[in-house]
Amino acid sequence: MLLNAAFIVVALVAIIGMATMLFDKNLIKLTMGLVLMEGAVNLFLVMVGYRQDGIAPIFTSAPDGQMVLPTVQAMTLTSIVIGFATMALLLTFAVVLYRKYGTLNCDFINKLRG
Amino acid sequence: MMENLGSHLPALTVGIPMLFAFALPLIMRIHAKAGPIVGFIGMALTSICGLSLAYQVFSAGPQAYVFGAESSGLTLPPDSGGVPVRIIFSVDAFSAFMILSISIVALMSMLYSLSREKESEGQSTFFALFLLLVAGVLGMVSTCDLFNLFVFLEISSLAGATLVAFRIHKGIAVEAGLKYAVLSTAGGMLFLIGVGILYGQYGSLNIAYIAQNLKMTRIDLIALILIFMPMAMKCGAVPMHFWTPDTYSRAPAAVTAFLVVTSQASMYVLFRVLFSLSGLQLNPYTFGWIIIVLGVLSMFIGVTMAIPQKDVKRLMAYHAVSQSGYMLLGVGVGLATLNDPVLLETFGKQAMTGGIFHIINHALYKGLLFLTAGAVIYATGKRNLNELGGLGHKMKYTMIFFIIGALAIAGIPPFNGFASKFILYESVFRFNPFLAIIAIVVSILTLASFVKVFHSMFMGPRLPQYAKSTEVPKPMLYAMGGMSLLVVLGGIFPNIVVDSIIEPAVSALIERSEYIHIIMGG
Repeated sequence: MLLNAAFIVVALVAIIGMATMLFDKNLIKLTMGLVLMEGAVNLFLVMVGYRQDGIAPIFTSAPDGQMVLPTVQAMTLTSIVIGFATMALLLTFAVVLYRKYGTLNCDFINKLRG
Repeated sequence: MMENLGSHLPALTVGIPMLFAFALPLIMRIHAKAGPIVGFIGMALTSICGLSLAYQVFSAGPQAYVFGAESSGLTLPPDSGGVPVRIIFSVDAFSAFMILSISIVALMSMLYSLSREKESEGQSTFFALFLLLVAGVLGMVSTCDLFNLFVFLEISSLAGATLVAFRIHKGIAVEAGLKYAVLSTAGGMLFLIGVGILYGQYGSLNIAYIAQNLKMTRIDLIALILIFMPMAMKCGAVPMHFWTPDTYSRAPAAVTAFLVVTSQASMYVLFRVLFSLSGLQLNPYTFGWIIIVLGVLSMFIGVTMAIPQKDVKRLMAYHAVSQSGYMLLGVGVGLATLNDPVLLETFGKQAMTGGIFHIINHALYKGLLFLTAGAVIYATGKRNLNELGGLGHKMKYTMIFFIIGALAIAGIPPFNGFASKFILYESVFRFNPFLAIIAIVVSILTLASFVKVFHSMFMGPRLPQYAKSTEVPKPMLYAMGGMSLLVVLGGIFPNIVVDSIIEPAVSALIERSEYIHIIMGG
């Protein structure tokens, strides 16, 4: 039951992120929405791999019990790093665009047409 | 020793460009002028590795590479209980075909940008990012691990977005880069959710393992659609094509030539998921028709949007959308006939041969066309077709290369575009004549559009404002010449290419059990 609650949190965070991306015109907020969605995905990954009372298979200190391969945890760490790189890149773009256009509003950043 | 080296080629092909990418800024700091040359050496080594890997796979069969195992071929360690636990690269004929096409186009683009970027600032970063993009794309087509695939996808997206925005150009290029980065990241997240669901279901990330155990429940279907959608977006299929013209038209020419291949790597993932991962369990008829509809829409909307364009690179970008429709159409017909062995033998396989053959042809002639457009922009500084004119007097070689590319894209013999399009027309006609007629009409519209481009760029009297424009430097010409040579050779000897490269790739795609066999044995 408690596990399902976590999936509801995932859905909530993802919806907030997606709504921010779709309805907010500010580039910084767009990045924030994207990062929120990344957070939701990371939480989802950790939830998928969670086993109650599972133990990470470390050779030197392996007590008896159910061992769980920590693949998702490794995946989540990698995904957090990738998310960080993406966020840095998007914010850099926002800075450059602000310098060139004097605005962060998507409505005025529209020189690409046709 | 050499035998040993051969078994490590899959790792080297991805490792070398990555090593050079991170070493380049360092080398640049020690010796400022050495950067581009070192970058080119890195690219040449990568291409040599890629080509020899492709040769090895085509002559000796598929190859698996396990990272961190006792021996590189040990996909299932004895104590693993039949589950592949490590990151595994698996290079079969279809992957090798993609690696071949990537190696050629990347080398030519690098040669081109060597002199194109000579005067510019930030060369070390440019070449480092380019090598990183190459590494990401090569990884995408050789890995057999879904999460690893996601990582390479993100590497190529981030490096690609940065390269698109590299020459800021009053902020316009950054706008295009932003669009590419946001869409790729959002797509990448959907992909990751799909991967997470599959891991939750089957407890492994290995494509072959999942394929072997796939039960195709409703939740698997959701996961596969979550993987399918971002890939269809990244290969630029209508109705998710809107990023393509912006991104392709604003990136530096050499980068655009390679971005075409990057989109095709996403197409590779799409086909790999449809054929190797899910295969017959996914209702091939329905999904085949989905791919066909995507393809036909891309062909038609791409070409009709291209006709009114005035920006030369934007026009070519819409043609890239239109041409990827041919590949989707061909492979879609193959997928729709997958569960009917008779139809598959009579025309399904042939349609797939045409579609897959079109991938390498498109990479070559579209890359060539983008390079010639880049050469014209380099010489004149203008990209609007209404302002250009009379360049045929000064830029003879560029004009010849442009003609070769334009005739190839329009499907005129004896160039390679004709070979693949003819195979497609013939087989698609037997599947559904209406689709073949659309394909032919699109081809004619393509020709009309390129006649216009040719006329407004190269024909007409000498214009006074371009009196100082001269032919582009030699390395750029060599790069374009190399691509043209391959375009012509592919058109003159299509049977050799089809027999030795395309046919094995198509059967590797169709034979799902072969792909599973590489990893799972038995």
